[in-house]
Amino acid sequence: MEEVRIMSIKRRIMLKGTLAAGAIGIAAGAGLLAPRAVLAAWSADAFNATNVDAALKGLLGSDSLEESDKIRIKAPDIAENGAVVPVTVSAELDDVDSISIIADKNTNPLTASFVLGPGTDAYIATRIKMGKTANVIAVVKAGGKLYTASKEVKVTIGGCGG
Amino acid sequence: MSSIKMRANTEGEITTVKALISHPMETGLRKDKAGMVIPADFIQEISCLHNGVVVLAAQWGGAISKNPYLSFRFKGGKAGDTLELSWKDNTGKSDSAEAEIK
Repeated sequence: MEEVRIMSIKRRIMLKGTLAAGAIGIAAGAGLLAPRAVLAAWSADAFNATNVDAALKGLLGSDSLEESDKIRIKAPDIAENGAVVPVTVSAELDDVDSISIIADKNTNPLTASFVLGPGTDAYIATRIKMGKTANVIAVVKAGGKLYTASKEVKVTIGGCGG
Repeated sequence: MSSIKMRANTEGEITTVKALISHPMETGLRKDKAGMVIPADFIQEISCLHNGVVVLAAQWGGAISKNPYLSFRFKGGKAGDTLELSWKDNTGKSDSAEAEIK
């Protein structure tokens, strides 16, 4: 666990350096102007769910999914550090409304759900925690239907332990 | 200092946004060395506005990694436009920051 911590600190320093070097347009001081109204209400049912079906029903109202080869998940085959697993989901589907990312063996499988604006590409990159080896499942809502694809990620050091 | 570092570059008609947020993202499921549960402290809601219009609105659980990274792309942005990213966590804390598209 100690090693994990050091690794993540190192990574943070590296990222800090990269961003500082870029020093690009970081406007500070917008602090108190958070446009609360546009933030969707957090779906407690979905995020507290302990299985994938319940999470999907809580989030999207349905767990009926259609496999799609038009969804691409980029994630490592083997993640040495489950605390930081880079995941990129993209889809070549029309009218994509949202992209949700699930790690099916996590205590709470739903990790995140992204609602896209009309001009936003079906492309999301982030980093998630995985407790153990599991499938990363992407669920894409497009044209009112739910499409899915998954990819197994082997985790050598879990990211949810203490 | 803002918790948010964000930059956005436009190439052709696509604007790519990359953001890094300083946040512990504590799930509420972990225990410390004394066996006490470490209280949940994670970002739940995050949104990005382009010239005041929502381009991305997300809900996050505790399984987004500590110091979250997010990248996405959208059409319609041009150099000089303003992007605003905001987040709110389960403890009620929030922050937002603006960046100019390059």
